[in-house]
Amino acid sequence: MTETDHFVAVSGVTKRFGDNLVLREIDLTVDLHQVVCLIGASGSGKSTLLRCLNLLERVDDGTIRIDGQTITNGEVDVNALRQKIGIVFQAFNLFPHMTVMQNITLAPRKARGLSKAQAESAARELLDRIGLLDKADEFPDRLSGGQQQRVAIARALAMSPTLMLLDEITSALDPQLVGEVLNLVRQLAETGMTMILATHEMSFAREVADKVCFLDGGVILEHGPPDQIFSAPREERTREFLARIIEVGRL
Amino acid sequence: MGKFLHAFFSPLDLRRAVPQVWDGFQTNIKLMVIAELLVLFFALVLAIVRGLPGRSTLPLRALAIAYTDFFRGTPLILVAYVAALGLPSLGLAVVSYQSLFTHGILSLTLVYTAYVTEVYRAGIESVHPSQPMAARSLGLTYSQTLRYVVLPQAIRRVVPPLLNDFIGLQKDTAIITVIGVTEALAQAGFYSNDFFVYAGYSVAALFFVILTIPFARFTDHLIKEREKRERAQLV
Repeated sequence: MTETDHFVAVSGVTKRFGDNLVLREIDLTVDLHQVVCLIGASGSGKSTLLRCLNLLERVDDGTIRIDGQTITNGEVDVNALRQKIGIVFQAFNLFPHMTVMQNITLAPRKARGLSKAQAESAARELLDRIGLLDKADEFPDRLSGGQQQRVAIARALAMSPTLMLLDEITSALDPQLVGEVLNLVRQLAETGMTMILATHEMSFAREVADKVCFLDGGVILEHGPPDQIFSAPREERTREFLARIIEVGRL
Repeated sequence: MGKFLHAFFSPLDLRRAVPQVWDGFQTNIKLMVIAELLVLFFALVLAIVRGLPGRSTLPLRALAIAYTDFFRGTPLILVAYVAALGLPSLGLAVVSYQSLFTHGILSLTLVYTAYVTEVYRAGIESVHPSQPMAARSLGLTYSQTLRYVVLPQAIRRVVPPLLNDFIGLQKDTAIITVIGVTEALAQAGFYSNDFFVYAGYSVAALFFVILTIPFARFTDHLIKEREKRERAQLV
């Protein structure tokens, strides 16, 4: 397979914040319908990498191609690109002054130009799918964290993205609320959604991922099928990281 | 004491002064309403300009900063003199041939726009960056993000300080009397000149207070509501 056949192809991506090198020459490929999990300690560069993929951060060096289009040459229509790439954040970032329905229909109406009726009927379908149809007219602060995060996922899905980026979406949730969000991600994986997720949920990564990448100090130190990474990691640093994770009971 | 009461509060004079001062006070209300609407609009524009991204907008931003610095620091009475006496003397096309009333509106708008710009700006800056980031990540443009996500949250937060500034503006409409607009204070003065008592001033004061009290109470109410809401979120 050549570079251009991959749905997402990251090559040699470097990102600095001031003197701090957060990503160094990252290479990563993701195929259509694949689920790729990024694991690693906080500060290893997982979130930054995800943000570079939809140009919320500008890369300093290297190229990213998505769906055959180079997005890092400064010529791409950023807004059009972001409509095709959904991202969900750790802190949900729902719009607090809008109802659930308004949160979900804002971008389809304003960015994509759908009519209110069209956008709302699509939103109702999504809400039904995530089991929150009865919350359509509530404001976000009336929902639990898990429900808010499911709405945030629905808001991203409402733009019919071809790629979903999930940035530690369960890290801000109480343990008993993690399951409902992961179930939704599992369903998405089953429908063939291409996804890249940064996560600390190792058992979940092991279950849904086609490929797991271990990031350490801004470098993808090791990547491979989940069984290999979790059962027979090649790198010493990976082994240390996984040992620590097992210690705190997350695998 | 009797002398004092007679000078300021003789019932006959109070009653007699009311229609005359009311006549002038309607001008204060007009000044206030028109200036407030203009201020709300221009201050929002300036606040948005000050927050524009990118290096190319730097001159615009600098201009907006210079404007607010200048007019926040200049006394309204000075601006009013310049507008009413200075501008006409220049013989310029449109600006020099306006009524005193219009020059009054102009002065109030110039000065209060500077204050209110800062209020809006504080509101815009209080919206957490994760909000515009979420909006942009959905493919909304910069201006759509501002319009649908940032400004609605920002404006909601600054309603109490905005109302506060408008109470100030309401009172400062009396300053416009110095350029010869016949408003409440002027009429009060006429009354005292005619009858050698100050009941006109008492009546004018009463009108101003009656107009500001509902505003003040409404502002208190909004602040309390917000505190309640924010505390509820913390629980």
